[in-house]
Amino acid sequence: MKILVLMKQTFDTETKISLDANGKIDEAGVNFVVNPYCEFAVEEALRIKERLGAGEVTVLSVGPERAETSIRQCLAMGADKGVLVNTGGLEGGDEFTTAQIVAKAIEKVEYDIILAGFQAVDDGSAQVAPRVAELLGIPQVTVITKLELEDGKAIATREIDDGVEIIEVALPAIFTAQQGLAEPRYPSMKGIMQAKKKPMERYSLADLGLDAGLVGTDGAKVKIVELSLPTPRKGGKIVEGEPAEAAQKVVQLLRSEAKVI
Amino acid sequence: MNFELTEEQAMLRNMVKEFADEVIAPRAGEIDRTGEFPVDIVKKLAELDLLGLPFPEKYGGAGGDTVSYAIAVEEISRACASTGITYAAHISLGCSPFYLFGTEEQKQKYLVPLAKGEYMGAFGLTEPNAGSDAGGTQTHAVQDGDEWVINGSKIFITNAGYAGTVVITAVTDKSKGTCGITNFIIPRGTPGFTVGKEFDKMGLRGSNTVPLYFDNVRVPKENILGTPGQGFKQFLEVLDGGRISIGAMSLGIAQACLDASLQYARERKQFGQSISKFQAIQFKLADMAMHIELARLMIWKAAWLKDNKKNFSKEAAYAKLFASEIAAKAATEAVQIHGGYGYMKEYPVERFYRDVKLCEIGEGTSEVQRIVIARLLGC
Ligand SMILES: Cc1cc2nc3c(=O)[nH]c(=O)nc-3n(C[C@H](O)[C@H](O)[C@H](O)COP(=O)(O)OP(=O)(O)OC[C@H]3O[C@@H](n4cnc5c(N)ncnc54)[C@H](O)[C@@H]3O)c2cc1C
Repeated sequence: MKILVLMKQTFDTETKISLDANGKIDEAGVNFVVNPYCEFAVEEALRIKERLGAGEVTVLSVGPERAETSIRQCLAMGADKGVLVNTGGLEGGDEFTTAQIVAKAIEKVEYDIILAGFQAVDDGSAQVAPRVAELLGIPQVTVITKLELEDGKAIATREIDDGVEIIEVALPAIFTAQQGLAEPRYPSMKGIMQAKKKPMERYSLADLGLDAGLVGTDGAKVKIVELSLPTPRKGGKIVEGEPAEAAQKVVQLLRSEAKVI
Repeated sequence: MNFELTEEQAMLRNMVKEFADEVIAPRAGEIDRTGEFPVDIVKKLAELDLLGLPFPEKYGGAGGDTVSYAIAVEEISRACASTGITYAAHISLGCSPFYLFGTEEQKQKYLVPLAKGEYMGAFGLTEPNAGSDAGGTQTHAVQDGDEWVINGSKIFITNAGYAGTVVITAVTDKSKGTCGITNFIIPRGTPGFTVGKEFDKMGLRGSNTVPLYFDNVRVPKENILGTPGQGFKQFLEVLDGGRISIGAMSLGIAQACLDASLQYARERKQFGQSISKFQAIQFKLADMAMHIELARLMIWKAAWLKDNKKNFSKEAAYAKLFASEIAAKAATEAVQIHGGYGYMKEYPVERFYRDVKLCEIGEGTSEVQRIVIARLLGC
């Protein structure tokens, strides 16, 4: 079984985001990590391989050079092979263009099943993997919390509003991971030592036959006009007095001041 | 000059940091309170290949370097110093003697299971009447045909209650002084060898510290570690490496003191403002942070020298001495910054205060470190 995992490198969720002079997110001093949802996908891929006792896990990432450290992290966890599509210097892409790059890169990889995070914690659009499925013309099951494989098909459990939905689908297909699919392992020290020795394929956009313009600003359907930080939260208000009296005051404030009821 | 960690070292640091924060730290208070040896955590350290971190794969290790090992000790000790000393003693005192001096056969037989974490390792040097003066060992061994018969006792031995084998020093030829000391490998269960009752300690209460008794213990001559008569030289070298790890353990505690103090100082309000706005508190925090950074540089330098097969004895002594003393100072100041709350068990700093003291005593007291340094200066 050849398992392909799509992985995005994102900011560490503990990072304090700031904007630089040009209004772009300042990357200086930021810690980059494997997107946590992609980490669930990597873990699931490793478990599938372990359950079957055979197989190969490939981790593919589209991003700047630094994304390599996150691919290595997945290799340290136990993945077999990395593929980096280096988009260093590319400006203005969106989910539409990213999906095109990913789909093109997948032509270089053999797969029976594709796993990905259901969303990235940075822009949270949850679009890339579904778009890739469309481009490849294969089925997709998103936001899954359980995956069982049988001969040529898969049974996936996905979260829906008031419960779960169980879906049977023919392989190959794309599945996107929700929290709960598989708690990621810590890479072992031996895994870390081996990560550097594992194969890593590198492609530029040109290698994939893509025009940097068409998968950047010119091709994007969505353009970011402006970024701004959320207004800092103001200190809370403590309402004093007897419980009954205080509750009354709180209701009043919720009505008159916060205007939420 | 390059002050960057390698990719592997950085990855290891992230991994141990996460593991320490998520798995070890939540247990540290309870480990201290109950004094129970954290068997489950040690097992997980083994699964992560940390118990054989700096040894080659052919001996069951992970093939990491000393810098990585120092990083692992620091991060584990930051979360729980009891687990930190358990880990450090296992590698530096339990495994290293086999790696440094064992014959190929001894490495296969003893180092492999130790490095895989099948059981803990321990090194018994200290005796009731031979502490800083470890050459004054009274435990002795007499040859009887192909066997040696050992009598005597050891005190304050870390991990020995959970050890599959211990290595101990014994006098084999009194007339030769320190050249008449030999290291013996004593497997658990050898008749006449008993592990005594655990000591009731001030800190590091989850670590295992026990006395060992040897009553006509017979071992074959194959159980001499490396060469007979080399015991004194061997343990000096073992301690050189061990000092890097006690330095790293100190550093972890110091970092925990800073982290807790900084957070508390920002939150605690007196006289209408955070106490972190008072210069008197700021100076304490600034000194802590500076000392920690300097200690880390010295520890990493000593580790780097060791990895590059250069002399590191003096630097290891600097690292151990400096790190342990700044850590003890950091713990004192951490309690001070917390005021009365720092004196209470609800806050972790009182644990740091008790745990850290050992760092100025174990593997050579501060006084002994100064003696070692002075000697290496040519005094
Ligand atoms: C928790 C714990 C774990 C330990 N684990 C181990 C272990 O795994 N293996 C092991 O072998 N040992 C272990 N030890 C023992 C430890 O290494 C010794 O306690 C230490 O070396 C000091 O020896 P001592 O206690 O006999 O003190 P002493 O040597 O009696 O020292 C008493 C005081 O005199 C000072 N002093 C001694 N000689 C001189 C001198 N020449 N000049 C100036 N001052 C001097 C010392 O610095 C100290 O302040 C452990 C101890 C503890 C507390």
